[in-house]
Amino acid sequence: MSVIEVENLTKYYGKSRGIVDVSFREEEGEIFGFIGPNGAGKSTTIRLLLSLIHPSSGGARVFGKDVTKHGPEIRRDIGYLPSEVYYYEGMKVVDLLNYSASFYPGDCSRRIKELSDLMELEMNRRISDLSYGNKKKVGIVQGLLHSPKLLFLDEPTAGLDPLMQRNFFDLIRRENERGVTVFFSSHILGEVQRLCTRVGIIREGRIVEISDIRTLQKNNYKKIRVTGKGLKPANVKIAGSTNIQTENGTVSFFFKGDINQVLKKLGGLKVEDVSIEEPTLEEIFMHYYE
Amino acid sequence: MSANIFRHEFLSRLRSVIVWSVSVTALLFLFFSIFPGFAKDAAMINELWSKFPPELRAAFGIDKLNFATVLGFYAFLLIFVEICLAIQAGNYGFGLVSIEENELTADFLLSKPVSRLQVLNSKLLAALSSMGITTLVVWAATLLSIAVWNDGHEYDVQTLLLVMASLPLFQVFFLGVGLAVSLIVKRVRSVTPFSLGLGFGSYVLSAFSGMYSDVKLEYITPFKHWDPAYIVNHTAWNAPLVALNVGVTVVSVAVAYVLYLRRDIPAVS
Repeated sequence: MSVIEVENLTKYYGKSRGIVDVSFREEEGEIFGFIGPNGAGKSTTIRLLLSLIHPSSGGARVFGKDVTKHGPEIRRDIGYLPSEVYYYEGMKVVDLLNYSASFYPGDCSRRIKELSDLMELEMNRRISDLSYGNKKKVGIVQGLLHSPKLLFLDEPTAGLDPLMQRNFFDLIRRENERGVTVFFSSHILGEVQRLCTRVGIIREGRIVEISDIRTLQKNNYKKIRVTGKGLKPANVKIAGSTNIQTENGTVSFFFKGDINQVLKKLGGLKVEDVSIEEPTLEEIFMHYYE
Repeated sequence: MSANIFRHEFLSRLRSVIVWSVSVTALLFLFFSIFPGFAKDAAMINELWSKFPPELRAAFGIDKLNFATVLGFYAFLLIFVEICLAIQAGNYGFGLVSIEENELTADFLLSKPVSRLQVLNSKLLAALSSMGITTLVVWAATLLSIAVWNDGHEYDVQTLLLVMASLPLFQVFFLGVGLAVSLIVKRVRSVTPFSLGLGFGSYVLSAFSGMYSDVKLEYITPFKHWDPAYIVNHTAWNAPLVALNVGVTVVSVAVAYVLYLRRDIPAVS
């Protein structure tokens, strides 16, 4: 079942572009990565799905229901962690979390305890006294305390230290194993690579690619580095190699094609070190951005 | 309506309600405590007023009032109470949704499973309750002041009730107009300049309206729509102006609902 179905969704703020003609689907249980540079329209898409803003044209369904007509009903099962977290400054953390919980049926107190312990949250401090990272933790607990079926994470790791980031990723993975669908927006490709099964790339308001993360990597370049005395770019120049660079006796290049060709070529050379790597998403996506 | 939003909104305004209520009560007590003196030397004070330029007397509405009577005196001092009430109501109106958007907590609230209609209903009811408490305090302080400092002067209870009953509608005007304006202009960054502007602006217009009686300024200022002097002198509300006032309030609130239901909540910028 598709949890999110977006069809030709378009949003203009007056004359300025939000997103244009965006279409994609996210299936139940998926972790969908939504990648793009700042200002590409990631937040706009999420805000449209939450009906914080209204589409100029096109539409979207969440849990099979139209977001503009059934917003409140849909949002009962949605957790949202915004990129910038702002809460009522005068409130204590515990009061804010209880206020948040009061919007949902059932008792969330055990879950609040669990999550805040995990995120090492101090419950009796005022929101205004919290550092940015700690506010972010409040945001995480707040977004998860009602056990949502769908999670919107908008650049969630900004402001979290590496240890907390790991806790957070573990938490998201566990949620996902329980069947929670995750929509993960980020401009840090590494973290998307760690977590997501499928990715959509958005650029200047338009989707440029939607793909399985493995196929993206498989059908793509290998990153090859060769170190040896007197190596020159000409030594590795074969059909399929691009972006050849030399630095301190190390020649690195991207290769796309039959890997045996490379091995044959390298076999004829005297080398000190060789590495053949998967390219990072950064490197794969560079040409979408350029 | 959702009870939790109402509760949250109401509590967040509690301190402001207490401050306004105490201030307005102090104002009423302070003014009324000099009434016995005024009433005793009424002839002298009326003579003193007559030496003032007529424009000034008109601006304060002194020309239409007899300070030697309880209600004449009350009508005069009530203007100052009304300025406070107008600013308070303006604060609540302009801030009702804009504060949440400026402090960027609107995302939190509106990503909850509540409709815009529920949100606005709850917020409006909470603001009305907050204002309602201030009104009750003003009523109580009025009755108490008159009981303590009436100096044996008679007054017409029905007229007094008419004056007091005008206050809630006077406040709702500023709440409604403030709310509508806050949704019409692109963004209200700070509430106070708006509410002070609307409150004092209306008062100044009403003062000028007294000075240039031929210019029809009374149509646009709620201080004239609900002019206490008029109510005291006629033992009735000024029906056409009251109708106009209530009409503007109703239209403002309706406009606010339409705009808020379709509103794009601004993102962090």
